[in-house]
Amino acid sequence: MPESRQRFLKLALFGIAGVILLALPQYIPEYHTHLMTTVLFFGYLGTAWNILGGYAGQFSFGHTAFFGIGAFTSSLLQLHAGVNPWIGMVLAGIVGTMVGLFIGSLCFRYGLKGPFFALAMLALAEMLRLVSIQWMTAKYPLGINIPLLEDSLLNFQFRDKVPYYYIILLMTAAALLLADALEKRRIGSYFKAIRENEDAAESLGVNAFKYKLIAMGISAFMTAIGGTFYAQYYLTLDDEAAFGVANSIEILLGPIIGGSGTVFGPILGAGILEFLSETSRNFLGRYSGVHLMVYGAVLIIVIVFLPDGILGGLKKAFYKISGSKQK
Amino acid sequence: MFLLEIKDVTKKFGGLTAIGNLSFHLEKGEILGIIGPNGAGKTTLFNVVTGFYRPDGGAIFFKGQEITGLKPHQIAKRGLVRTFQITQPFPNLTVLENVRIGAYSRIKSNREATAEAFRILKTVGLYEQRNELSSVLPIGHRKSLELAKALATNPELILLDEVVAGLNTMEANQMITTIKNLQQEGITILLIEHVMKAIMSLSDRIVVIHYGVKIAEGAPQEISKNPKVIEAYLGEEYVFAKGQ
Amino acid sequence: MTLPGIPLLLQSIVSGILIGGVYGLVAIGLTLIFGVMKIINFAHGSFMMLGMFTTYWLYVLLGIDPYLSLLLTIPLLFLFGLLVERFLIDKILDAPEHNQLLLTLGISLVIENLALFLWSPNFRTIDVSYANKATTLGPVMISFPKVVAFVFAIFLTTVLYYFLKNTDLGKAIRAASEEKEGALTVGINLKKIYYIAFGIGTACVGAAGTVAAPFFYVSPQVGGVFVITAFVVVVLGGMGNFLGALIGGLIIGLAESVGAAIIPGQLKQFIIYFIFILVLLFKPAGLFGKANA
Repeated sequence: MPESRQRFLKLALFGIAGVILLALPQYIPEYHTHLMTTVLFFGYLGTAWNILGGYAGQFSFGHTAFFGIGAFTSSLLQLHAGVNPWIGMVLAGIVGTMVGLFIGSLCFRYGLKGPFFALAMLALAEMLRLVSIQWMTAKYPLGINIPLLEDSLLNFQFRDKVPYYYIILLMTAAALLLADALEKRRIGSYFKAIRENEDAAESLGVNAFKYKLIAMGISAFMTAIGGTFYAQYYLTLDDEAAFGVANSIEILLGPIIGGSGTVFGPILGAGILEFLSETSRNFLGRYSGVHLMVYGAVLIIVIVFLPDGILGGLKKAFYKISGSKQK
Repeated sequence: MFLLEIKDVTKKFGGLTAIGNLSFHLEKGEILGIIGPNGAGKTTLFNVVTGFYRPDGGAIFFKGQEITGLKPHQIAKRGLVRTFQITQPFPNLTVLENVRIGAYSRIKSNREATAEAFRILKTVGLYEQRNELSSVLPIGHRKSLELAKALATNPELILLDEVVAGLNTMEANQMITTIKNLQQEGITILLIEHVMKAIMSLSDRIVVIHYGVKIAEGAPQEISKNPKVIEAYLGEEYVFAKGQ
Repeated sequence: MTLPGIPLLLQSIVSGILIGGVYGLVAIGLTLIFGVMKIINFAHGSFMMLGMFTTYWLYVLLGIDPYLSLLLTIPLLFLFGLLVERFLIDKILDAPEHNQLLLTLGISLVIENLALFLWSPNFRTIDVSYANKATTLGPVMISFPKVVAFVFAIFLTTVLYYFLKNTDLGKAIRAASEEKEGALTVGINLKKIYYIAFGIGTACVGAAGTVAAPFFYVSPQVGGVFVITAFVVVVLGGMGNFLGALIGGLIIGLAESVGAAIIPGQLKQFIIYFIFILVLLFKPAGLFGKANA
């Protein structure tokens, strides 16, 4: 497919999806708006993870570390210093980025790769969880409750769910545009080159350490901002919600199932997962963990039969067909 | 000033000396071949020169500046790149995307890097395959891709590790022609090659190493008559025969 | 931070060593699987949980003594591991490493949450007469089931060690873990070795679950408590290093137990993760491994 046509198709798709999603809350009940918000939220977090895990190939099993840091940063600033949550959000992103760059520079400097990097990130998230449990039990045994303010965009608080939906829609659209822009540019190509073969990338002048850190920084920033959104959505926060292992897993499942290293994979995966989760709850009852069982089964099926995820598999099939046509 | 100068370079692995006090140099524009029996330390030498290994002793100069201990990407940026004996494509990227990674080292714009990649794909004869995934290429095309990626960085010196070995006669002849053309364009070439015909016809000079030590240096005709060289290669055959 | 008195310190040293034996047994299964197949088995904790529940149900429903149930849990878990390898892991042996990790994560999600669904998240205990039996030795109290668990862990490790050293099958497993190419050329059937190694690894952790059941609680999520510790132990002992896993288990058992006496609450776990990251970064070959480039 020529690049201009591909671009047009992408833009058209983006536009149509945008119009539908903007109009949606007018036509669906509030609970469904909540579900759509959840899909977009995990699509957003998955897109953030995807930049580090999918494009740059550094699988993080502990991305909730950044999420939790973001959620705590803005919430605590608001609670104790009355900092506006939007400003808190930016600061959350900055703190998340700094932690990401710190752990990233350690891991990448000492050549942690593949599953070992994944486990180191898991350990980081667990450490943060333990510290927050210790600290929360002492200071906030009932969790952190963000002071209730008047409904307004400036306060980032609404009794109604719909405004949140529009905020996360905007964040997700921005994240997708960013992923798309990265993919088309040198920086995205460098991420992919490092993922595919780090030595070969280095031998062509790619500073793998630097670009892995850049991917980490972008990813951590976006994830931390997502944490602030979460805190404002629920207006309450505890250690499990911020740093639970299940978060890290749910963040990466979307991209893995939808197709890691593709622009739309994470949001597609998030949609599929939310659908499965709702369906399984309806059929099997609302036991905690039922949706995780279904996620596990889907994960197994995807890894065994569709190792590049849905969009990744389609992309490969497309190359196979177009490749054989040329011969 | 030499383009590349290797001064007393030593590289050890545990107790084993892979390269011992090796010195030689390259003039701008020449093709220097390196030969030696299996395990002579040729690929180790490439890894040391391109920054993948840090030498235990000695120094390496490129364009008069010391590059010992620099990272591979820093050395590549200075205009010294390599190919790998076992081809190292980016498997899930297309041929075009593979080559563009090289081009990006000096061109930021996506459009211009793509144009440059197209130009290089045409010179190595891979233009038709540009939209295929590199993982499905046959060996001949893989070797060409390996060369194309390196060329895309616009190097002054290129280190070719066995780019002819494994090719059929026709492909080999094509590759030899390509390499000669590169020299015409002013690129200096350091060559490791097992295929004697290739190395003898391409090289202006040849350095022979054996157990990491230089045992001979000179024009191809001199080298092929050098008794030390013959002994080294005969020795290898002897050991080889005994081993079976 | 408070300094504990001598009796408390002695007590925590003894407890640490005893629980360390169980950690070692859990880790040995993990390190065996990693050594042979180069796969990090995220589902290892779930396998342990299955071992514990097998023991629990055999006791509750049929009145079978937990230690006697070893005769059933070991072969059952071996078979279970073998089947998981044969039908799932086997399919992705050539896949990228992170996909292997994700597959075992998927397996553990299914097992754990299925258990949660079937058996509820409640903590259960096995109320055998000896569950709380203990003898005192000076100021130190020694729990009977913990001693049994420790002795059994050492016993099983020794048996496995001799099995790997002296039997043909054991030698083939070692060959497969040390020299894959070589093992292939001398005609070792790698696929078969993988089934068996995965089965043995699973049986080990299942047995660890059984001997831990009388003094620990049984719950669907109990595996998570052990699996992360087991990762730490395995990395500490050197991935694939058998004796390293046992020693690593003892070290972590001690560190945790003594740490708990000195440091309050959740922070002892924190220290373990911290050690984990440090070892990954600075001694990736483990405490006993050679420095690797």
